[in-house]
Amino acid sequence: MFLGRVIGRLVPAVVTPGLEGVPLLWVQPLDKLGGPAGAPFVCADGTRMAGPGETVYWEASREAALTLEPSFVPVDHAVVGLVDDVEIDAGATGVAPHRRKGGR
Amino acid sequence: MILGRVAGRLVSTIHHPSMSGRKLLVVDKLDAEGNPTGGYVIAVDAAGAGAGETVLVLDEGNGARQVLAGDDLPVRSVVVAIVDDLG
Repeated sequence: MFLGRVIGRLVPAVVTPGLEGVPLLWVQPLDKLGGPAGAPFVCADGTRMAGPGETVYWEASREAALTLEPSFVPVDHAVVGLVDDVEIDAGATGVAPHRRKGGR
Repeated sequence: MILGRVAGRLVSTIHHPSMSGRKLLVVDKLDAEGNPTGGYVIAVDAAGAGAGETVLVLDEGNGARQVLAGDDLPVRSVVVAIVDDLG
C-alpha cells in the first residue's frame, strides 16, 4: 500500500455491472513525507468515507477490488483507509523527525 | 520478497472493515547493500517489527491473505520476517 491525497471526485455516467454506486476518487500518490510522487489516478473508495483533501492509503492490482462487494469487479486501485497520522522515526531513517497528520 | 527497513508506523481509524486491528508499518525499500533505494511501501506487520529494524516484505496478495488469515483482505504487502544478518 502507498500514501495518497484525494484531489477530487469522479462521477461516471454509465458503469459496468458491479460498479453501480461505487464512489470513485481522484488520488494524487504521495511519497512517505507527503510530497507528490507520480501522476494522479482514479481509485474506488473501499472505505466509502474519503473525500477531497484527505490523506489516504491505497492498494493497487487485484487486491483493490477486494475492498468492494461484490469483489469480482473491474477495479485496479482502491482506497483502503484514511490516514490519521504517519510517524516516521528519525533514528530509523537518518532524516529529521517527521510527523504528518492526515485530513484536510 | 523485498528487503526493507521500518521507518515508522501509520495510524488509521477509518478503514476497510478487514483492516481492523492490523498494525501498519512504513517500510523503506533497501538495495542489496542495505541502502535505501528511495522507495517505500506500507505493509501490514505479521512479524512484530519496530522502527529501525531490517525486515522482509512479502509483496503478493494471495500469500498476504494466507499469512494474515483474511479472505477479503485488500492487501499485498506484509512484513513476514525480521532480518538478523545480511550476508
